[in-house]
Amino acid sequence: MYDFAYHRPKTLADAAAALKGKDEARAMSGGMTLIPTLKQRLAKPSDVVDLGGIKELAGIKVEGSGVTIGAMTKHYDVSVSPDVKKTIPALAELAAMIGDPAVRNRGTIGGSVANSDPAADYPAAVVALNATINTNAGKHAADGFFKGLFETALKDGELITSVSFPKPEKAAYMKFRNPASRYAMVGVFVAKTKDGVRVAVTGAGPCVFRVKAMEDALSKNFSSAAIKDIKVPSKDLNSDIHGSAEYRAHLVGVMARRAVDAANK
Amino acid sequence: MTLSVAMTVNGKAVSGKVEARTLLVQFLRENLGMTGTHVGCDTSQCGACVVDVDGKSIKSCTMLAVQAEGTKVTTIEGLAPSADKLHPMQEAFRENHALQCGFCTPGMVMSAIDMVKRHNYKLDEATVRHELEGNLCRCTGYHNIVKAILAAAPAMKAAGV
Amino acid sequence: MTETGIGARVHRKEDKRFLTGTGRYVDDLPLARATYAYFLRSPHAHAKIKKIDTTAAKAMPGVVEIFTGKDTADAKMGGLICGWVVKDKNGEPHKAPAHPVMALDTVRYVGDTVAMVVANSVDEAKDAAEAIKVDYEVKPANVDLARALDKGTPEVHPEAPGNLIYDWEIGVKADVDAAFAKAAHVTKLDLVNNRLIPNAMEPRAAAAEYDKGTGNYTLWSTSQNPHVLRLILSAFVLGIPEHKLRVVAPDVGGGFGSKIFCYNEETMVCWAASRVGRPIKWTAERAESFMTDAHGRDHVTHAELAMDKDGKFLALKVETIANMGAYLSTFSTAVPTYLYATLLAGQYTTPLIYANVKAAVTHTAPVDAYRGAGRPEATFVIETIVSKAAAELKMDTAELRRKNFIPKEAFPYQTPVALQYDSGNYPPIIDEAMKIADYKGFEARRAEAKKRGKLRGIGFSSYIEACGLAPSQVIGQLGGGVGQWESAQIKFNPTGNVQVITGSHSHGQGHETTFAQLVSDKLGVPIENIEVVHGDTSTTTFGMGTYGSRSLAVGGSAIMKATDKIIAKGKKVAAHLMEADVADVEFDNGTFKVAGTDKNVPLAQVVFAAYVPHNYPLAEVEPGMDENAFYDPANFVYPAGTQICEVEIDPDTGVVEVVAHTAVDDFGNIINPMIVEGQVHGGIVQGVGQALHEAAVYDKDTGQLLSGSYMDYRMPRAEDVPSFKLGYKVTPCPHNPLGVKGCGEAGAIAAPAAVMNAVHDALAPLGVKHVEMPATPLNVWQSIQGAQRAAAE
Repeated sequence: MYDFAYHRPKTLADAAAALKGKDEARAMSGGMTLIPTLKQRLAKPSDVVDLGGIKELAGIKVEGSGVTIGAMTKHYDVSVSPDVKKTIPALAELAAMIGDPAVRNRGTIGGSVANSDPAADYPAAVVALNATINTNAGKHAADGFFKGLFETALKDGELITSVSFPKPEKAAYMKFRNPASRYAMVGVFVAKTKDGVRVAVTGAGPCVFRVKAMEDALSKNFSSAAIKDIKVPSKDLNSDIHGSAEYRAHLVGVMARRAVDAANK
Repeated sequence: MTLSVAMTVNGKAVSGKVEARTLLVQFLRENLGMTGTHVGCDTSQCGACVVDVDGKSIKSCTMLAVQAEGTKVTTIEGLAPSADKLHPMQEAFRENHALQCGFCTPGMVMSAIDMVKRHNYKLDEATVRHELEGNLCRCTGYHNIVKAILAAAPAMKAAGV
Repeated sequence: MTETGIGARVHRKEDKRFLTGTGRYVDDLPLARATYAYFLRSPHAHAKIKKIDTTAAKAMPGVVEIFTGKDTADAKMGGLICGWVVKDKNGEPHKAPAHPVMALDTVRYVGDTVAMVVANSVDEAKDAAEAIKVDYEVKPANVDLARALDKGTPEVHPEAPGNLIYDWEIGVKADVDAAFAKAAHVTKLDLVNNRLIPNAMEPRAAAAEYDKGTGNYTLWSTSQNPHVLRLILSAFVLGIPEHKLRVVAPDVGGGFGSKIFCYNEETMVCWAASRVGRPIKWTAERAESFMTDAHGRDHVTHAELAMDKDGKFLALKVETIANMGAYLSTFSTAVPTYLYATLLAGQYTTPLIYANVKAAVTHTAPVDAYRGAGRPEATFVIETIVSKAAAELKMDTAELRRKNFIPKEAFPYQTPVALQYDSGNYPPIIDEAMKIADYKGFEARRAEAKKRGKLRGIGFSSYIEACGLAPSQVIGQLGGGVGQWESAQIKFNPTGNVQVITGSHSHGQGHETTFAQLVSDKLGVPIENIEVVHGDTSTTTFGMGTYGSRSLAVGGSAIMKATDKIIAKGKKVAAHLMEADVADVEFDNGTFKVAGTDKNVPLAQVVFAAYVPHNYPLAEVEPGMDENAFYDPANFVYPAGTQICEVEIDPDTGVVEVVAHTAVDDFGNIINPMIVEGQVHGGIVQGVGQALHEAAVYDKDTGQLLSGSYMDYRMPRAEDVPSFKLGYKVTPCPHNPLGVKGCGEAGAIAAPAAVMNAVHDALAPLGVKHVEMPATPLNVWQSIQGAQRAAAE
């Protein structure tokens, strides 16, 4: 790891100030991606601004019919939250599938969403549930937020404060883990809401994406049979030693059908 | 960037000078000479470095020492209640031959204790195997580790730990 | 049987320190004024080094010294050696390319050592390594084993034209061909034995200190055999006289073969300690372990089995290309020859066997012994082809095995591939395994699984293993460069407690307990009064170390010989103390007695008399109670067994789940069943790992290691396996004093074939003919797709 200047602000405003004007400064939430990246010397930040001391960023609130999760809320806390389990059980289940127990005790939803790792789990929930990403500069709709590999709509210095998830009628997440890393090789989040069905896929492509054909079919008939013949093109999907693009495309179908079945249970 | 850090490790107040980039595991091993916590990988996956920070098990290779400022840390060295008595989880590992080379053992034991507590002392084999998702062992084939954890759960409850 | 004697489930003496965080591994050593080493490694599989410029790096903060290949050449450092000479089929010794400790003008694999930076901290050493400028001329690489020997493939070494190290054979090809010509049925098989990365959980580490006053070096290393390491460093590489070099292997966190060998880094750390004038520590990062620990397996094989009309094996023919990697590691040449082809008879009476093995160098990390070393590869060939033959002949897979087993009456049995099996009785083993595994109930389980949409399969693997390499004279005739005995010393202290000093090395096997059980049992000393000492060349006379499941059969036997000497000497002293004739003195459970009388004297009193010889037969017996023994076995030992695996496959995803796994073994007599079970469990999971998960994958063009971390190298986890069902049958080894065989590698030897036979059985209804290891979800899914396409055409 290269050395850096370390900051641990107590307020969001102080965090924003610490990041301001420093091109090479990095915000750190749980550090579950950043610290391994630094250890491998793949990044050389001048400053690391640790958001761990900002109390206002953690916590889960039921708001209206949905739930708002503070950016620094740990995966473990989401996975066991009675509010999340009651409102959107699929979201608690997703949180319980991230990493391992020790990682879930440190990793946060804000970090996961801000990083837009192609194999992260939360982006699938954010997009499928049509969540709102709240920041210190305003709000972002889920569609359009994840722009590409490790790329989001966040501006320099903009920090996620919370993510608001509306309650779906039905939802489920199915994850096919990369056998080695256990990140999502294909993760499919299916949500049925009063506005229709959304199907979001993580792990398979450079960034989370929706499958319109499945959404249309499921909006008419929310059953796995409705999508059994829908094939996702393998073009542009990720390929590595654990999964070819064709295999990933195939798994999107399998996981989507299983997610629909689970949502209907 | 050199910083001062202070925390409580196994009930004892400790402090030291570290770089911003110093990991908690480096602080434990190099500054404090507590070499029970091991490093088995660079990618936060093997679990040999698991310690308890403020009641939560964490990978000390993926936390900066400065992030542990003011916390209470428990390591493998801090589990046994006395020199001649082991923690029920340590005892169960010994009783069930749940360790061979001993290298993954500190992290296994720390993760196992955390697992038992989170599941309120009630575990079955499938749960134990799933919960070990963040700990690798190359010697035991996990068979006896699973057996030990299942045996330790009621023993921990009985001992009130 | 006493509570702590032979056969008892004694809890391990070593556990307390490991459970309380007080074990001492190399990286744990506190060394005052230590410096830290970091190795700059080649990013290329094959390149010429045009220039190395360390000027800027040397000026970096905290840097103490930087060494490159030029420094080692200037110091006339020797190269690393391969200690086993295998003769080519034309009688020539194998090609032995130079293996420089630091790359001189060429790098030959990704990870090859280019420069060593010594600094005040690891971070500073790494900072400086980044500032070293290396001008490489990148060259085409030879990465694909199947093509390594083809014309036009880039050559790794000028000393090995066409990348061929040896072309070796065993058996008479003409006889085998004649038998094939008469066969009623021939089963053919092409397979790849996948390359593995050992992954002991403790990464390799070394630390060294030089004492200027005495000129003595101390090297702490994560070694399975510190004496052999010292011998190699002294005699071949560094020239430090053996008596001036102490090698210590303290607590070592697993080895599985990968810590047998003499490596570049420990060599450099030791050498540089005197040049730097301060202690040096080096600990591999996991990424370095992946790149540079000697890898295992990596064969491409074609095999054919000839049978008569009843399924009786007539002959076996095997052609294998074995990957050596870029340099010949310490025992690499022996693995695919004497540890592989000599095992191809398996448990069967196959009268004629011919094997041809070509060893090739490639631009990949060196390949050497990994848990089982050659024997898992042999078992995989035999047990896969036998299962395939059973399927082709529509015979029950167990029945075909039983029909061809070497009968109990045939032991000692001379195989057509050099080995003479000393003992064994195979049919009761397979019977027991089938009983435990409920073989009869399998079809019902298969049907039940089908209702859940899962494909269930069952697979057998009946393995034979030759371990405890021996005797030394035979090993020498076969080209081995070392003896294969073991040493032991039993040293009583005047107060009656004992140090058992062994040349074996424990890195998880539990010698501190098992060996203490032997001595407690034989001499009647309470186990808590026995300390087993190992791993330090300054305390042990000499040792050959631990590998090849040899510790108990060879090291334990040496201990038994030493206890015999203690008893023999003790009898003389006791006879004097009891005023009796030596011939009348008997020893039983810690007490010397005069036969037929009630006269007796405890061993502790005899020991005390030996150290305080006031009433002592000094004219005939020397004082002291300290005996040394060396034991050189008469033959290998031959553990054998059968494993039965059941898998369920999800045809939609290709995921294979091991749902049941049974192992029944004959390890001869068992000293501590608890420890033996642990060895079997661990071995099975390494075998399951090879079959389903693990693969060292290099990019075939660039030679970059694609599976270079736990992000991409798939380690077996707790959730991947069920609890195992074990059983034992015992035929004692007739030629060692304990009647023991070896148990350390059996699990890993048998499991891959059992798992893959189950996979093939499960997938057969879909028309899948062959799945290569590892049967990953992707691989299985692709195999199913391929079969469906073939069926559609």
